[in-house]
Amino acid sequence: MPHIIFIEENGIEKKALAEVGETILEVARANDVNIEGACGGNMACATCHLVVRKKWYDILPKPSDDESDMLELASGLTLTSRLGCQIKVTEDLDGLILSLP
Amino acid sequence: MSNHLVVVGGGQAGFSVISKLRALGDTRSISLVTAEKYPPYQRPPLSKKYLIGEMRSDRLLLRPTKWYDDQSVSLYLKNKVSSIDIQNKSLLLASGQSISYSNLALTTGSEAIKLPASMGGNLEGVHTIRSIDDVDNIAVELKSATSVLVIGAGYIGLEVAAVMSTLGHDVTIIEREERILKRVAATTTSEYFERLHKRNGVKILASTSVVELLEKEGKVCGARFDDGSEIKTNLVICGIGIRPSQQLAVDAGLTVNDGIVVTESCLTSDPNVVAAGDCARFPYDGNLIRLESVQNSIDQAEVAAATLFGSKMAYRPYPWFWSDQFDVKLQIAGLNVGFNRTVTRLGNRPGSESTWYFKDEKLLAVDAINDGRSFLIAKKLLENKNNPEMSKLEDSSFDIKALL
Ligand SMILES: Cc1cc2nc3c(=O)[nH]c(=O)nc-3n(C[C@H](O)[C@H](O)[C@H](O)COP(=O)(O)OP(=O)(O)OC[C@H]3O[C@@H](n4cnc5c(N)ncnc54)[C@H](O)[C@@H]3O)c2cc1C
Ligand code: FES
Repeated sequence: MPHIIFIEENGIEKKALAEVGETILEVARANDVNIEGACGGNMACATCHLVVRKKWYDILPKPSDDESDMLELASGLTLTSRLGCQIKVTEDLDGLILSLP
Repeated sequence: MSNHLVVVGGGQAGFSVISKLRALGDTRSISLVTAEKYPPYQRPPLSKKYLIGEMRSDRLLLRPTKWYDDQSVSLYLKNKVSSIDIQNKSLLLASGQSISYSNLALTTGSEAIKLPASMGGNLEGVHTIRSIDDVDNIAVELKSATSVLVIGAGYIGLEVAAVMSTLGHDVTIIEREERILKRVAATTTSEYFERLHKRNGVKILASTSVVELLEKEGKVCGARFDDGSEIKTNLVICGIGIRPSQQLAVDAGLTVNDGIVVTESCLTSDPNVVAAGDCARFPYDGNLIRLESVQNSIDQAEVAAATLFGSKMAYRPYPWFWSDQFDVKLQIAGLNVGFNRTVTRLGNRPGSESTWYFKDEKLLAVDAINDGRSFLIAKKLLENKNNPEMSKLEDSSFDIKALL
């Protein structure tokens, strides 16, 4: 099972064991990472916004138009921002590093 | 027990009170007492992905059961609180156990309104959707369902109709008002969703009410409407609204008025008791209102937590909501209550549009359909109390981002 590393606002690192097929939002919830995800993955809220380490960002499948729309106005937007609910865990994401904006 | 918080009701609001308190660094002892067998979970997927069968129930949980242990929260699942003794600060559970508290958070949410038994509301095959158990029960009957009747064309009813139709069932949705979503949306939004449902084969009967459900051997087999017509159905789902779960508060002598009345800081009429979520009625723009949404359950519960923590905060919400039907996503920012004018704009993509609600010059709310960008722009405008000129919105070539 792939490991995912979350870095919270205060710099605290949380390492999580993820199931393939889960979304990053689901992994975060199961591991008490402080991310809201109010709409539960419906791309309706952008409260699951995360910043992906550059090298990993390039590996991820591109965001959909809907996701880009939701990110465009997210606060703290960066060039490697993604919605946590739209990233699905795959084997090759072992070691993925994400931080809270 | 000294400094013991008891949270009654394990929904989104109950969860958010606890997680916010712990995030603030509050270490007091906490118990969560809830009637359901699951720890707090998300309800919105119940009429969407969970109903369609795309989601496992453990994925609905806001946190795994273990989290409550880690946070030193005593979890009382399948435990209904039957009464509160405000004077002695204690609760009585249906099991007979009593628990003392120093503070109480009432996050009892709401209950789906059922069709009265006299109309056939208790027949086998007649359901409401509020809990995981409700959906699991429907799932069992779905296999033998031939035609589905959905009563009430609000958001939940329409979502259920969309799922049932996607699953290949013959679906009829019946609405007492002359158009679907009448209570909550302008004509343009109603018409958009009416076209969507009709295109997908859902039959919509507006200006029609159910007179009674027909039975055969205790099971529903049809429905008779007020125009005298009848249809056959063996699965009925009612989406006719909810009522706040407030009986505990009524019996305890707290101030209640279609919801447990709270101040801006979520205090009830007893200084040791806070309330938040679907069950609470709070001050908003000079009125007392109740909201039934995830946004409200989270944000209001966080204010209740701050109050319990001893910091002063006022709940001044920026309401938002969403609904998924077929491949269409509706996102709503603001509350349109009291609007007298609307502007509808087409979005950048096929099938996307947004309706902007105004009271005179003041922007109240926006319904954005497949148009997340307009939703977020509207949300920012509302937060900044920035009232765009209607003429600019009417110009479809104008990029509304320039309004920010
Ligand atoms: C099918 C469905 C779809 C929805 N879709 C959306 C959506 O798309 N977007 C959106 O924003 N909102 C949606 N909502 C609304 C949203 O889910 C609610 O606003 C939210 O769940 C309210 O949370 P709450 O914690 O206040 O109450 P609830 O979630 O109702 O939780 C209250 C809990 O308290 C328990 N309880 C009550 N009385 C007692 C007692 N005496 N003792 C012990 N326990 C008790 C109940 O059993 C329940 O578990 C939807 C709701 C439903 C049902
Ligand atoms: S959880 Fe709402 S957009 Fe991801």
